[in-house]
Amino acid sequence: MPAPALIALVSIAYLGLLFAIAFYADKRADAGRSVIASPYVYALSLGVYATSWTFYGSVGRAAANGVGFLPIYLGPTLAAALFWLVLRKIVRISRENRITSIADFIASRYGKSATLAGIVTVIAVVGIVPYIALQLKAVSGSFRLLASAPEVSRPVVAAAVPLLADTAFYAALALAVFAILFGARHLDAAERHEGMVAAIAFESTVKLVAFLAIGLFVTFGLYGGLGDLFARVAADPQLARLLAPFDGPAGSYASWTWLLVLSAFAILCLPRQFQVAVVENVDESHIAKASWLFPLYMLAINLFVLPIAFGGLLHFPGGGVDADTFVLALPIAEGRPLLALMVFLGGLSAATGMVIVETVALSTMVCNDLVMPVALRIGFLRLHEQRDLSRLLLGIRRAAIVGILLLGYAYFRFAGEAYALVAIGLISFAAVAQFAPAMLGGLYWRQATRAGAIAGLAAGFAVWAYTLLAPSFARSGWLPAGFVEAGPWGIALLKPLALFGLAGLDEITHSMIWSMLANCGALVIVSLLVAPDASEQAQAMRFVEVFRRPAGGVGSWRGEASLDDLRGLLGRFLGLERAAALLGEFAARKRVPIERLRADAELVQVAETQLAGAIGSASARAAVASLAKEEGLGIAEVMSILDETSQLLAYSRELERKRQELEAATTELRAANERLRELDRMKDDFVSTVSHELRTPLTSIRAFAEILHDSPELAAARRREFVGIILRETERLTRLINQILDLAKIESGRAQWAAEPVDLRAVIRDAADSTAALYREREVELETAVPDRVPIVVADRDRLQQVLLNLLANAVKFCAPGSGRVRVALSDARGAVRVDVADNGIGIAREEQGAIFEKFRQVGDTLTDRPQGTGLGLPISRLIVRQFGGDLWVASEPGRGATFSFTIPVAQGEGGRG
Amino acid sequence: MRSNVGTAARVIAVFLLGCLAFGYPLLALFNAPARVLGVPVLYLYVFGAWAALILLIAWAVSRARE
Repeated sequence: MPAPALIALVSIAYLGLLFAIAFYADKRADAGRSVIASPYVYALSLGVYATSWTFYGSVGRAAANGVGFLPIYLGPTLAAALFWLVLRKIVRISRENRITSIADFIASRYGKSATLAGIVTVIAVVGIVPYIALQLKAVSGSFRLLASAPEVSRPVVAAAVPLLADTAFYAALALAVFAILFGARHLDAAERHEGMVAAIAFESTVKLVAFLAIGLFVTFGLYGGLGDLFARVAADPQLARLLAPFDGPAGSYASWTWLLVLSAFAILCLPRQFQVAVVENVDESHIAKASWLFPLYMLAINLFVLPIAFGGLLHFPGGGVDADTFVLALPIAEGRPLLALMVFLGGLSAATGMVIVETVALSTMVCNDLVMPVALRIGFLRLHEQRDLSRLLLGIRRAAIVGILLLGYAYFRFAGEAYALVAIGLISFAAVAQFAPAMLGGLYWRQATRAGAIAGLAAGFAVWAYTLLAPSFARSGWLPAGFVEAGPWGIALLKPLALFGLAGLDEITHSMIWSMLANCGALVIVSLLVAPDASEQAQAMRFVEVFRRPAGGVGSWRGEASLDDLRGLLGRFLGLERAAALLGEFAARKRVPIERLRADAELVQVAETQLAGAIGSASARAAVASLAKEEGLGIAEVMSILDETSQLLAYSRELERKRQELEAATTELRAANERLRELDRMKDDFVSTVSHELRTPLTSIRAFAEILHDSPELAAARRREFVGIILRETERLTRLINQILDLAKIESGRAQWAAEPVDLRAVIRDAADSTAALYREREVELETAVPDRVPIVVADRDRLQQVLLNLLANAVKFCAPGSGRVRVALSDARGAVRVDVADNGIGIAREEQGAIFEKFRQVGDTLTDRPQGTGLGLPISRLIVRQFGGDLWVASEPGRGATFSFTIPVAQGEGGRG
Repeated sequence: MRSNVGTAARVIAVFLLGCLAFGYPLLALFNAPARVLGVPVLYLYVFGAWAALILLIAWAVSRARE
């Protein structure tokens, strides 16, 4: 069997290996390639829950009451089912609020209360010290057992050995050194310790492998498998009762249920679990996988607890060997030193893992929430004048680690031996479970207040101390035994283990029932009675609604800012005058002088509302949230963010203007497009009309030509008549084509226009001469009325001649032969020369007066009358007149003739000529 | 966010199922010295239910937003 020196050497070497792993992980983390950024490492690090209490103590408890050890792992499994909801919320809140411990978390939830932080720290330290004692007990016990091999009987009571010969003392010192090396070597702003987590994950693996190894050895090495083992147990009447350990609903089921609750709370409330699960969490998404990997780990490590317990009970009948040491005693008794050493290392892993993380977490709490707040308040230390407090902080933490371990050792030496491992662990669990109502309640119940949390914690802790701690002291002889037996001052109702007569339960269940009643009751009642202040309400919102708000954005204000900052913020966006007016108004309402105005929650609320009007509610909220962050952005950053916001606002206004312009342009474009389509349609109409107009004379020409061709016997007179028609139709066709070409030319702007001085008197005279023959033939009288002096116009003489000829030709067409009369009059009409061509013909109906200027529109019944014109004369004439800046219109009444008039503007600077 | 609501409902359901499985009346059914395949029924039930619960948790969070 290994000598004590060898065991010590192996232990130190193992711890050295752990440190090497931690060192490597720290280096990797510094290089940005974290080894712990994996859900598997995260789940393994949660395995720090399984301490030497699990490793050695579960077997001890199983040996006493069968499956009764399991609720301690089933509770966390149930809690793990809710990890995705609860733990993720805690992690999110902690990240957003830079929370570094459970004391910080609870204090922060209730308005950053230093009192609350202190209370939580005290409860944690007092509650955890027995738990650390338990680890020391396990380490020293297993060390002594291994060193005294092959003897496996109950070890000597520690108190009998002198201090300097006590292995537990050296274990405590060694663990303190390693805890400092792992957790308090240097300061980390986020309190994260990647190296430590890597080492813990490694230790979780070691203890699992070691435990599975011993489990397999006992089950299949010592016995013939599970069936054989359980058959032997069933055959033993003493042990058979362990296979069905529940003896009645009042006793074991209540105990089972309360252990479930207790351990479910512990998995969230133990400072070390908070450290690894929340503070050391690298990525929120790891929680999903860990919520089943972690229970799986616990299932695996508990699989062989009962077989080992039964194996031990069968192997060491009569109770000569402590059931808590079965795990180690079995391989020793069977002469397996290597397996025993492996088990010892597994147990050492379990113990060191717990002690390191727990003391690091507790030292952070002691330093940040207990020592520093007090130190900063004590004036003569002048801490606030020192620039670098990091050395002092490290010193406090290291001292706290050593102090906590020594406290644990003291508890172990003076009280611990009286208890089994599990009993000590459960006392600690019950202490930290007192955090659960304040923590979980605060997570979901917004009305929970600081006063309520303080009252609940204090009440729960007091009941815990009275019903669990005091009896343990009494058992150690620090309090008179009568205190427990008969109650204080002999009052039976106050007996610590049967408070108010509640007897028949084990002490953990009894204590949990009363402490939870006191804790939850006080939390709820006081919360409902005492109104919270503004900062509490703000923090409550921040916590309870962490998933409903965008990261960093909060609706309310906490902490203090100077009025100047606020005035600056308001002035920047509302203008200085309005900001001053706003503050003045607020001060008047509050009845305080403006210079004594405080930037409290209400004022900031008002400011936020005002800002929201100017820059939008989201920006205003962001501004206030940034101001509210005590360690967050400075006012300068807020200003720059908000300047960007106002720039954005300007951009968006500009954008809006552009949008409107664009809309207007679009409307115009749409209208233009509509016109184009209309023109296109008109063009199509024109083409089809032209084709139709051309076909009419062609049909006529062809018909007469066919007659002439087919009827050689036709009389000469008839023949001549037909040829005459053909000739006229051909002329009409030519004229039509010429006019179409003319029209197309004018419309497309390709027509040649002469610009010469034109005397309209001469134009009228020439036109009258040209049409004289036509008028004589139709027996229509043509009369001209031309004044002596008429201004000269600048135009194309031939074109004007064309217009006039067209009008004269039209007029004669609609006059009755014999009585017909056409009068052409020239007059001076204010800057223009006006020409009227009046006839006494049939006239034009009012509704047709617009249509005659359209192409191919001819007035009259086209079914009976042969078309006499081309239908293009008037449109061309109007185009010509308009080309020279004038206009052409008609005035007529049916039966009374029609008057076509046009004007041509007088050329600038041209005088009249006689 | 819809899948998150689903995940929340699933994990709560699994949690309640676990409470039921490890609670008084159901547990009492297996509090007997009988053995199946040589293993006591209570031992078999508790570990079986535990394993099933772990599988259910894994299922419940499997579609959680990563």
